[in-house]
Amino acid sequence: MSYKILIIADHLQGALNESTARTIACAQQIAPDAIDVLVLADDGAAAIAAEAARIDGVATVYHADDAAHAHPTAAVLAPRIAAAVERGGYSHVLGPNTTFGKDLMPRVAALLGAPMVTDIMAVHTPHEFDRPIYAGNAVNTVAAPADRVLVASVRCASYPAAAGGNEAAIEPLELDVEVPSHTRFVGLEQQTSDRPDLQTAPKVVSGGRGVGSEENFRIIYNFADKIGAAVGASRAAVDAGYVPNDMQVGQTGKIISPTLYICFGISGAIQHLAGIKDAGTIVAINKDEDAPIFEIADIGLVGDLFDIIPELERAVG
Amino acid sequence: MKVLVSVKRAIDYNVRIQIKSDGSGVVTDGVKHSMNPFDEIAVEQAIRWKEAGLCDEVVAVTIGPDAAGEQLRSALAFGCDRAIHVKTEEPVQPLTAAGVFKAIAENEQPQVFLMGKQAIDDDASQTGPMTAALLGWPQATFASSIELADDSARVTREVDAGLETLDVDLPAVITTDLRLNEPRYLKLPNIMKAKKKPIESSSLDELGVAPAAALESLKTAPPPQRESGVRVESVDELVAKLKEKSLL
Ligand SMILES: Cc1cc2nc3c(=O)[nH]c(=O)nc-3n(C[C@H](O)[C@H](O)[C@H](O)COP(=O)(O)OP(=O)(O)OC[C@H]3O[C@@H](n4cnc5c(N)ncnc54)[C@H](O)[C@@H]3O)c2cc1C
Ligand SMILES: Nc1ncnc2c1ncn2[C@@H]1O[C@H](COP(=O)(O)O)[C@@H](O)[C@H]1O
Repeated sequence: MSYKILIIADHLQGALNESTARTIACAQQIAPDAIDVLVLADDGAAAIAAEAARIDGVATVYHADDAAHAHPTAAVLAPRIAAAVERGGYSHVLGPNTTFGKDLMPRVAALLGAPMVTDIMAVHTPHEFDRPIYAGNAVNTVAAPADRVLVASVRCASYPAAAGGNEAAIEPLELDVEVPSHTRFVGLEQQTSDRPDLQTAPKVVSGGRGVGSEENFRIIYNFADKIGAAVGASRAAVDAGYVPNDMQVGQTGKIISPTLYICFGISGAIQHLAGIKDAGTIVAINKDEDAPIFEIADIGLVGDLFDIIPELERAVG
Repeated sequence: MKVLVSVKRAIDYNVRIQIKSDGSGVVTDGVKHSMNPFDEIAVEQAIRWKEAGLCDEVVAVTIGPDAAGEQLRSALAFGCDRAIHVKTEEPVQPLTAAGVFKAIAENEQPQVFLMGKQAIDDDASQTGPMTAALLGWPQATFASSIELADDSARVTREVDAGLETLDVDLPAVITTDLRLNEPRYLKLPNIMKAKKKPIESSSLDELGVAPAAALESLKTAPPPQRESGVRVESVDELVAKLKEKSLL
């Protein structure tokens, strides 16, 4: 049986998202010699394609440049991807399980009449995978029907980014599919910061309800800056308005796998833990010695975060 | 304006799930179930629109066993006008659920189909976009705010990069994120009133929907366990441990 995989590139403002290289790492376990990437973008598509072409394992990068691709709406992109899959005779189409992929891939699957595998965390065979259910408290092994295209999203925290150094072919692709007018992009409100990206940073410091306020969160940012970490938060901290939504870590926020995760004033609800299970070392600081976070933490320290952070800053110099 | 809301029965989010020793799934007998939290947010949203005079009928829909009738009763207690129970003893996967929702949407002709962004049992996060695809409708997923107009909606979406705003023409499928609203507590008089509201019973056969291609579940197992950790007594000890592991 021969397989051919199409990866849908996730990108923003002219740059490829690292989730694409992680998705490719997963694809390498399915069919290492037959991985193509599709970049749907506006006039910057060729530059993004060049970035994708450097990722190991990629055979050909196709780019479809169209003003309608300026913003990634699923209603515009899904029919085009379905057309590209059919035309290219692909057996698999994969995207990252970022909000981009979560919005888009099920729409592609339905157009192709295929069931979808959400959140691949391990590949057994080209049609058998492990995926998390119940907030990662169980792992379900599933088999997808071999008689249709396999559509899936990849759990990025389970795969390190595929290495660079490749020189894959780059080709433009015409996709003559009507653009629906029923979905219109209005705007994107982005938090800009010089801090490392939460989803890819090797170190993450996060705060929960215990931090107490938006002003108090400053000490979390300061400490993170001191050790070069990205900053995350629990849902309670986001809901209380201490930090913006894109910092939420957990079942319904970002799933991350940093080498070091340090959390302050987070109790350790299962929904939060779902986001950090793949972290290398988890450090928890909480004033309640019975907080469930200590059951999963590699290193726990009981105490008041407002006493401990200044001490930590001094100790790390 | 008519709004449809899907409501899934799922193991309550506070329950620590138990995996069956034969690997065939998780223990559901005798375990507390409730409405999927994202669906509760969807129901709350629809009722707020009704209270604000923005819509005049809210219909709750579930696909599931007889017991899922409980979740429909809760939806009616929130203030939904009526409910449709598509009965099946076997759980359906998202592509089949989407086929059922398409058939119901064609019968009911709502302007908005509100769904949860994900069911916290299968964590699939597929049914909303799949339903929109089958209907050829616009979709706006992960909504944290929705402004309804006569023939369109302006939706703010929680995306990885921040907050995205889309305008979608109606009818549309919109899926809810956690920060859209905080569902109310149900009051006894409303729970009593809900008992008299109509629940129409249906089935895949009656709707003319064939089960779609599906994934086969081979095994359910516990996740890899992390090694148990240590407690330290001081910041110095913590920093020493981190330096030992070359993490600082
Ligand atoms: C469907 C659903 C999805 C969810 N998704 C997510 C998700 O993606 N991510 C997520 O995080 N949550 C999620 N939640 C919410 C989750 O259940 C918890 O409510 C949330 O994680 C709690 O956040 P917290 O730990 O910051 O707050 P709390 O549980 O209130 O804990 C605060 C902790 O801070 C400690 N503390 C207080 N003051 C101090 C101090 N001075 N020093 C040290 N410690 C202190 C306290 O001892 C306590 O342990 C979800 C819930 C549902 C129902
Ligand atoms: N069997 C079902 N009955 C009612 N609603 C469902 C069902 N399956 C999925 N849904 C809806 O689709 C959403 C997403 O589910 P899922 O795609 O399984 O994560 C849920 O929040 C529900 O609103």
